[in-house]
Amino acid sequence: MASVRSSRVRPRDRSLTRPLRASKPASTAALTARRAGLIGCHVCGLVQTRIERQADPRCARCLHVLHERRPDSLTRTVSLLAAAALAYIPANLLPIMHASSLGGAEDDTILGGVAYFWTSGDWPLAVVVFIASVLVPMLKLVALTLLTATVRRGSAWRRRERAGLYRLVERIGRWSMLDVFVVGLTVTLVHFGSFAVVTAGPATLAFAAVVILTMLASHQFDPRLIWDSAHAGERLARRVNEEGRGAPLTTKKRIS
Amino acid sequence: MEYHRLIVCHECDLLFRKPSSVEKRRASCSRCGASLTALRGARLPLDWFCAVTLAAFITFCIAQSFPVIELCANGMTSEATLFGAVRALWSGNMRVVAAMVFCSSILFPLIELLCLLYLLVPICTGKRPPWFNVMPRVVQLVRPWGMVEVLMLGVLVTIVKMVSMAEVIPGPGLFALGALTVMLGVVALFDPSGLWAVRDEIRSS
Repeated sequence: MASVRSSRVRPRDRSLTRPLRASKPASTAALTARRAGLIGCHVCGLVQTRIERQADPRCARCLHVLHERRPDSLTRTVSLLAAAALAYIPANLLPIMHASSLGGAEDDTILGGVAYFWTSGDWPLAVVVFIASVLVPMLKLVALTLLTATVRRGSAWRRRERAGLYRLVERIGRWSMLDVFVVGLTVTLVHFGSFAVVTAGPATLAFAAVVILTMLASHQFDPRLIWDSAHAGERLARRVNEEGRGAPLTTKKRIS
Repeated sequence: MEYHRLIVCHECDLLFRKPSSVEKRRASCSRCGASLTALRGARLPLDWFCAVTLAAFITFCIAQSFPVIELCANGMTSEATLFGAVRALWSGNMRVVAAMVFCSSILFPLIELLCLLYLLVPICTGKRPPWFNVMPRVVQLVRPWGMVEVLMLGVLVTIVKMVSMAEVIPGPGLFALGALTVMLGVVALFDPSGLWAVRDEIRSS
């Protein structure tokens, strides 16, 4: 355990400054739980040995199933992403709200609503709705595609920034639910008999599906995969070096 | 066991030795920058969180039972409570969307608050609640799907939208919802996986 580093603790008043970069992010000093033959429980955080848990892959403390990595992470992420991308098309093309009043009936798409707010001078509202319901889902799709593609290629490109991108996707994902809530509240408020009635359009369903599917996709993606390729080449070199000392820290066997 | 002094970064799997004290400071992974919130003392004290959770629960009840927005147009008024919004979507043949709105704005925040209260109240008085194993997991599962802050923004957007058409009166539910958003933001800072260490302490003493 000599190479385990103690965690870097920073004073809170410096929390806004950029964290210090480890001098060599992928150096041999970085020992992951997998290489040490350990598993950290993702529910309670208890660190336990893999061999101990081989017979019964459950956490000794909280009894939840242990995963070294999320099972089938990439396959699940990609399929959920594809489904979300498909649902994104009707979400933008079909009407999200159907308003009928004495003057006549009118269908509104998401982009049509944004354009209406922009032209009527409500540009802060137009910006909020545009960011939440057009930009955020699109950015999520692009970002998750980028993450899965780079992980599949085992790329070492800007690992730390990609980890930050994943955290950002996790954090902003929920905000695209905004339009669904707005439609729900508008439908509830505007029902003045024959004067004016607003009903939800088919795009609401598609849009809700996009939000749910992209959130599920980002939950299925395992950020540890970003860092796994850091050891792939190095592991080989180490094994050759340590042949004489006989301490292979990694085994191929996986507990799923 | 020696491994009890170790901690694994949940985002990049890097091993760390637990620092002896993180009082009033913030620990983060030196490789990927993820904050390690489960460390003891990394966040505010437990009884503080317990109080905020209780306050959030009471505010939640107020926000659900009073109308959020009232609308006056041509002498007719209509009002919207959160549950009323769900019912309107349900009767308008949008049952899946109605179920989603119900879950994300009513059911999941309620489950989160109740689970946290169930865990925190006994622990603050030094007892260990039965079924301890299940609750932190439930909180972890439900937390990403509770979207009260998004709902709050949705209400504001709706108000701005409606102002040009009719007279909008903010209901008491709106103010409760605003307060609830702030409190749930504080509650979200609390990582329930840190409770396992507290439970072990209660058991050993």
